[in-house]
Amino acid sequence: MTTRRILLATALGVALATPLSADDNERVRPVTDPLTRAECSACHMAYPVGLLRSQSWERIMGTLSDHFGEDASLDPASTEAIRAWLVNNSRPYAKPPAEPPMRISELRWFKREHGSRLFTVARVSKGIGSISNCQACHRGAEQGLFEDD
Amino acid sequence: MKIPSKPTILALAIILATPLAANPARDAIINALKQQAGVSSFSAEEGKALFLATHSGGKPETPSCTTCHGTNLKAGGKTRAGKPIEPMAVSVNPQRYTDPAKVEKWFRRNCNSVLGRECTPLEKGNILAYLSSL
Ligand code: HEC
Ligand code: HEC
Ligand code: HEC
Repeated sequence: MTTRRILLATALGVALATPLSADDNERVRPVTDPLTRAECSACHMAYPVGLLRSQSWERIMGTLSDHFGEDASLDPASTEAIRAWLVNNSRPYAKPPAEPPMRISELRWFKREHGSRLFTVARVSKGIGSISNCQACHRGAEQGLFEDD
Repeated sequence: MKIPSKPTILALAIILATPLAANPARDAIINALKQQAGVSSFSAEEGKALFLATHSGGKPETPSCTTCHGTNLKAGGKTRAGKPIEPMAVSVNPQRYTDPAKVEKWFRRNCNSVLGRECTPLEKGNILAYLSSL
């Protein structure tokens, strides 16, 4: 019933702001670098750097001109500064997969927390639009606050 | 209460009489585009046609400027990831098109996404003329 509760809370405009454990807090720590925060929050929230590994950020920053079906490219200096910050503030895979994942929402833990039904709910709900719209459900997402039970 | 001096009243009258679209930073952007395009004026009508049209040269997810900005440009739009976008019409959002780097960055990205190429200075100027006229 957690799903129902969180959606209800969202519908009522109640902030879901329960702090996570210390470890999780670290993972969802908000982006602190001003340039990254500004440039990577134009189309969606600036996703917490701890939710992807370094090689994933590397891949994302290497493909910005075709970013999930959009041109999100930046000038070379900004691209490099953001790449360096993201890579230096995340953990690397010891053995990176051939194609490091580019979506948080395709990671195993994410799919466990968010069942396939929730992906559909997110897509078809007018006020949400996409499972990538974290803060539509997690009101405190930009402050690093996600749901916890 | 102190009565405002004559120069203050005059300054106020000038501010009030200035058309909405006139903003020095925006004018500078539009004037630079005129020089690049080699024209003396832009067409809001052509800008409107380009902005509202459905295109096929770009990425399939974004066939039109209205995909994200909507068709009512005095109201806000929404990105594909569901994030709200502020209105594009200058009349309701006077800060629009006043930062040259921002304008350039988004024209480059959005024209690439929608048209599959960059917009020409003439197209950019026509679009800004349209959005400033709303
Ligand atoms: C021009 C718009 C735009 C900009 C700017 C942008 N993105 Fe995105 N991003 C998108 C879109 C569109 C998606 C896909 C959303 C969806 O599927 O609903 C996306 C998705 C993502 C995802 C995957 C989200 C998930 O589902 O887990 C990550 C990670 C990401 N972006 C990182 C970045 C980073 C880092 C930057 C800054 C360099 C950035 N984005 C800037 C448009 C943008
Ligand atoms: C459609 C609503 C919805 C969207 C969109 C959504 N989530 Fe969630 N999220 C949930 C629900 C429901 C749970 C399960 C909460 C629970 O266990 O009480 C959850 C759980 C989580 C958790 C685990 C919290 C815990 O309990 O430890 C994290 C972290 C998380 N989401 C991150 C994200 C991120 C990052 C995004 C965007 C890429 C996102 N979510 C998008 C609804 C959503
Ligand atoms: C994929 C979504 C999307 C599409 C499609 C799109 N835009 Fe945008 N546009 C944005 C976002 C996001 C911003 C930045 C946020 C903001 O300025 O509110 C933006 C900003 C702009 C800006 C800069 C505004 C300013 O204040 O300086 C201009 C100009 C612009 N868009 C023009 C266009 C034109 C012309 C098209 C069609 C060729 C278009 N856009 C298509 C999402 C889009």
